[in-house]
Amino acid sequence: MNRILKIIFVALIAKPVVLILLGLNVLHREKLPKKGPAIIAVNHNSHLDTIVLLSLYPLSLVHKLRPVAAADYFLSNSIVAWFSLNVIGIIPLARKGAAKRDLFSDCHKALDNKDILLIFPEGTRGEPEVTSKPKRGIYYLVKDRDDVTIMPVVTHGLGRALPKGEALLVPFNCDVVVGDAIDETTSSTELMHQLSECYKEQLLQCLTYHENS
Amino acid sequence: MTYIPFNSFVAMIAVLGLLSVATVIQFIMAQSNPGKDYSELRQRITSWWWIIGLLFLFLAVGTNAAIVFFACISYLALKEFLSIVSTRQVDRNVIFWAYLCIPVQYYWVAIGWYGLFIIFIPVYMFLFIPMRMVLSGETEGFIKAAGILHWAVMLTVFSVSHIAYLLVLPDKNVSAGGIGLVLYLLFMTQFNDVNQYLWGKTFGKRKIIPKVSPNKTWEGFIGGVMTITLVAGFIAPYLTPLDQLQGFIAGLIISVSGFVGDVVISSVKRDLNIKDSGHLLPGHGGILDRLDSLIYTAPLFFHYIYYLHY
Repeated sequence: MNRILKIIFVALIAKPVVLILLGLNVLHREKLPKKGPAIIAVNHNSHLDTIVLLSLYPLSLVHKLRPVAAADYFLSNSIVAWFSLNVIGIIPLARKGAAKRDLFSDCHKALDNKDILLIFPEGTRGEPEVTSKPKRGIYYLVKDRDDVTIMPVVTHGLGRALPKGEALLVPFNCDVVVGDAIDETTSSTELMHQLSECYKEQLLQCLTYHENS
Repeated sequence: MTYIPFNSFVAMIAVLGLLSVATVIQFIMAQSNPGKDYSELRQRITSWWWIIGLLFLFLAVGTNAAIVFFACISYLALKEFLSIVSTRQVDRNVIFWAYLCIPVQYYWVAIGWYGLFIIFIPVYMFLFIPMRMVLSGETEGFIKAAGILHWAVMLTVFSVSHIAYLLVLPDKNVSAGGIGLVLYLLFMTQFNDVNQYLWGKTFGKRKIIPKVSPNKTWEGFIGGVMTITLVAGFIAPYLTPLDQLQGFIAGLIISVSGFVGDVVISSVKRDLNIKDSGHLLPGHGGILDRLDSLIYTAPLFFHYIYYLHY
């Protein structure tokens, strides 16, 4: 990852796009982890999630924020791969094929380096604005580490601005709700349950969310 | 920089003076009462400095700059409105067109084409939005979606653009100009909000509309209407072509309709179960929370003076 490129990208693209084309209602911004090692677990609805989270950090810290992203998707095209690896600084995750114990070695390396990992436990972006069940991978990443807390973050409205498969960005305000850290987990089932409950509760605090829609 | 007519210049200095007084009072209150939390009041006043600072800057740069400024306000308000209501995913393209009507509407303002300015959104957008929706082909929720979209552009683009059109009306009060009309409308509308609040806080007993706004009282409403009617009458000859009697009526229109705009937007928020429409203006809430009264006062004041003097 090239730190200068990332700062330029966040300063000249991410921040202006978020400020002018989107517009954020941020709740509990002060709870965002300011230093690593830490994990931010975001519900995933749009590519904009990453850009929005990057825009919430000061330029001096953006190089610490590392999205964990699917290798099969982001590394399939050479331009996207170059951008993802060198500008955004993603940690590619081989979803299929790789041996379980090597799967997270890059993630551990980054956490040891006091980075803040951006993880999307729901995996795929899924249907716009629909929260799907979190996957268990995140549990196996943190279970042997006692230096890491999981910070659940809910974004809402980004799936309206730029849903999966659409190229046209339509301006909408979006909510970002930062929750309370989850630090104790005894089993993957329990963590998944805790995460789901946090997401549900945080979703209700969103201005753009409608319970019955 | 353009030339700011003398009376308008004085009015701008007076507004900045008032805001400075508010800032000092807030500072003294916070100092003498360290236990109490004044952060919301402080944020509110800081946001006022930003709003008024930007407004005066663009007014001073020139008419077209000010028109662009109001177009940006419309954009932020439309975005905020569409974000809090529910929209159908299939209407994303239609919503894109709704945004595009903002530069078009303000272009009519900039070239002073009154005829098109006044019918473009109520007629052409009214007809265009459902037509564009038909092209997407989804009929479920069609009526509600068409209603929401047209209401959204009426509230945030059509109404707000009336403030900008005040700037291109011919100068009838040469010592105040178009800027005078804008300052008069904005000041009276916001001063009305403050007055209804203060009168209600001091004397409020009988609730006026408990289902929508439990804190609004008849005493606040009537006190606000009386104050604004008087003040508006005395200021009118200085900033507008209106004489004093016409100014009293302008004040009456602004204070009554300002109240209506306030409770209309309150009803929208109550329907959606939210307290503020956004987080854009710390201490105020969203931009719609600040524009609520203006949505009603701007077109009504505009057509009142247009009928009398233009």
